[in-house]
Amino acid sequence: MGRIYLDNNATTPVRPEVAEALGRMLKGCYGNPSTLYCIGQEAHVEMEHARDVMAGILGCNREEVIFTSGGTESDNIAVLGVARANRKKGNHIITTKIEHHAVLNPCKALEKEGWQVTYLPVDKYGMVNPEDVERSITPGTVLISIMHANNEVGTIQPIAETGKMARARRITFHTDAVQSFGKLSVNVNELGVDLLSASSHKIYGPKGVGLLYVRKGTKILPIMFGGHQERSLRPGTENVPGVVGFGKAAELMAAEGRSEEARLLKLRERLWEGIKANVPHVKLNGHPTARLAGTLNVIFEYVEGESIILSLDEHGICASSGSACTSDALEPSHVLAAMGVPPEKSHGALRMSFGRENTEEDVDKVLEALPKVVEKLRSFSPIYKDFLKQQTA
Amino acid sequence: MAYSEKVMDHFRNPRNVGEMKDPDGVGKVGNPVCGDIMELYIKVKDDTIVDAKFQTLGCGAAIATSSMVTEMVKGQKLEDALKISNSMVAEALGGLPSQKMHCSVLAEEALQSAISDYRNKKGIK
Ligand SMILES: Cc1ncc(COP(=O)(O)O)c(C=O)c1O
Ligand code: FES
Repeated sequence: MGRIYLDNNATTPVRPEVAEALGRMLKGCYGNPSTLYCIGQEAHVEMEHARDVMAGILGCNREEVIFTSGGTESDNIAVLGVARANRKKGNHIITTKIEHHAVLNPCKALEKEGWQVTYLPVDKYGMVNPEDVERSITPGTVLISIMHANNEVGTIQPIAETGKMARARRITFHTDAVQSFGKLSVNVNELGVDLLSASSHKIYGPKGVGLLYVRKGTKILPIMFGGHQERSLRPGTENVPGVVGFGKAAELMAAEGRSEEARLLKLRERLWEGIKANVPHVKLNGHPTARLAGTLNVIFEYVEGESIILSLDEHGICASSGSACTSDALEPSHVLAAMGVPPEKSHGALRMSFGRENTEEDVDKVLEALPKVVEKLRSFSPIYKDFLKQQTA
Repeated sequence: MAYSEKVMDHFRNPRNVGEMKDPDGVGKVGNPVCGDIMELYIKVKDDTIVDAKFQTLGCGAAIATSSMVTEMVKGQKLEDALKISNSMVAEALGGLPSQKMHCSVLAEEALQSAISDYRNKKGIK
């Protein structure tokens, strides 16, 4: 039984060309890029090539690209670093309720240090209203952080609108573009952002490497201290093979342009149409159109997400859920909650996220398995039984 | 986190799943931690549980423990059935991941509640 991997928002399989680049670096290019002799310089050249690729995608200068250990670190440097650098100016941050924990938790940590944080609400599609952002600004606001595309439901925020406003108000603006980098246009000037986080393993690169774009002149302090690497904002010898792999992955994404997006969109819609036609009591989460091409988040009422995932796994299908039962914290998805989905509904949420290895055949196989899985689980479900009784009563 | 083969077996092929016609006792409980729901139905004859069935909305551990507890109570005297604890159910399944232990509480509570429902109906204190 072939595996069908439908969890590309969680992570992606490393592309062969990237694996090749990684292997080449690991085997033959061990120099420390900060050293002057030939092998150090070879590593330096490789790494700087990756930086140029990133600068090209972001539309920025190479000096503005900081390599990090991943999306989480980039988000932490952005939030904590800007807060610390602006302590004299104010103590207020604006973000949203649907951010990844890599943004939410540093904000919570800052609250314990006396910072004020506004967590903006979203509408039922997961969309932030740019007017809410503007209305929340106080004289003490030093940072706005709003994600570009959401990892759970795929909703894409109108970042450029907020960017324009933030620039006019001279407030530092960060976006977590971990899910959109390499997929959507992330030109930092078009988006109007001062900081942008990206991660390699979401675009078929290796895990444990990412980047933070930092606009020249942005007031920011490091959160770790050590050597002078990455403009001292992220000290420590760089993960050179990782950076090179990330660069290769980004280069390949950029070369593909929007054709892959169109293909993923077709697959996603084929799956959604098939689900709607074959499974009763389902609901789509996320924006109908302003949504990542590969993301499909669906609520299957009267069933629980973890049980769907386990059952799909039996059919060789890998997906993810927003159910409380799958999270270690046993809390339902904060994203769905912010969208107004009650806990008993988000219980049955399933996220299927497509990537470059998925085919139409995969979709058809899922459509064969999924209705049976849901039907079986519903047959165990006490609330489905109650629902059916209500129907006939 | 990984489930034992036994948990997966009970999840895949739950024993005694479904509604029971004219049960002698029904236990309906919800897990306050994650919001899952279990219903346990028992048939009792001469103070002995002669049949048990369940319906559960919940995670793999919730379904597997529900299935296991119905197996464990069948043929048990009520007083013995009341001694079945969640950790005994978990143990019978070859253990549960620590963050899933709370799911087995559902099975214990549903059993307690089904037995007291039976006793209430019979007017037994
Ligand atoms: C939106 C978003 N931000 C941040 C992260 C964290 O990235 P990383 O896994 O590289 O630390 C993720 C990935 O899970 C994400 O989806
Ligand atoms: S019953 Fe919900 S986590 Fe197990």
